[in-house]
Amino acid sequence: MEMNDGEPAMNQELQNRLRQQGVVLTTVEELYNWGRKNSLWPLQFGLACCAIEMIAASMARFDMARFGAEVFRPSPRQADLMIVSGTVTKKMAPQVVRLFNQMPEPKYVIAMGACAICGGHFRDGYNVLRGIDLYLPVDVYIPGCPPRPEALLEGLITLQKKIARQRLKGPDRPPHLEAGTAGEFPVPQFGPHDLEGPQLGKARNT
Amino acid sequence: MSTNAYLFLALFAAAAVGFALAPLAIAWLWARAFSPRKPGAVKNAIYECGLEAQPTGWVQFKSEYYLYGIIFLVFDVETIFLLPFAVACKGLPFGACLAMLIFILLLAEGLAWAWAKGILAWK
Repeated sequence: MEMNDGEPAMNQELQNRLRQQGVVLTTVEELYNWGRKNSLWPLQFGLACCAIEMIAASMARFDMARFGAEVFRPSPRQADLMIVSGTVTKKMAPQVVRLFNQMPEPKYVIAMGACAICGGHFRDGYNVLRGIDLYLPVDVYIPGCPPRPEALLEGLITLQKKIARQRLKGPDRPPHLEAGTAGEFPVPQFGPHDLEGPQLGKARNT
Repeated sequence: MSTNAYLFLALFAAAAVGFALAPLAIAWLWARAFSPRKPGAVKNAIYECGLEAQPTGWVQFKSEYYLYGIIFLVFDVETIFLLPFAVACKGLPFGACLAMLIFILLLAEGLAWAWAKGILAWK
């Protein structure tokens, strides 16, 4: 088992041919990602109507447990996936960012529904955040109002594919593996008129 | 077999300890190699509900209630034992009666002690 930088550790064609003969080869990286992507533990919180669809997705009919993501954790310390399900109000945004900061790395964010992506119907409301990606690094966007549980499962599978692609070494490895990058995202504070705080370089919402 | 019979047990014990420690060691090594620690003010906060804890958690907690809880036991135990004692009082031998009276005396003594120390007055 070796891990080299940048290049795939093994010839994919050779690996497939060996697998047909009953010889399974893998790398530490592949094994690690396989374990991670099949045991995503979401943080247990819901913000609005999308949360109802999220609950439905975790129940028997849609059965998110098939993808290893049914263990909704009530504490951010044990969770590695944040499903932002619904309208993020400006009153709630600091709490959401604080909870995300308390999750251990590696951690991922799914923005579920139009409101979490950009504010949705309520975009022009005085108290609605125009997308959680102003403050958090979103990995997967799921459009819909609200998205069906199948759409959430699709988003989860998309995230799993993303996790499977992540490298442990090399220049393109995720930033949380670098010792230098900051672990916390700035928590927005209430100013005299609006939420104040550095945003993640999104000019489209302002 | 000339080896010590307990060697077998010692080997098993070592294997059991190793079985428990190996995953911890691997996790520790993995964290050292790949997952740098990133503590922070928000991440290390005690409260896990998203809100900031306020005021500080270092407050004085009034623990007087536990004294009342303990003194209540005096009456609790007395009630349990006094009723059967009263029912069976006439048929009991002298020794049993004496033991029961000493028991009640001990309980009453505890109450008297608490009273004398001024614990019964709620401050």
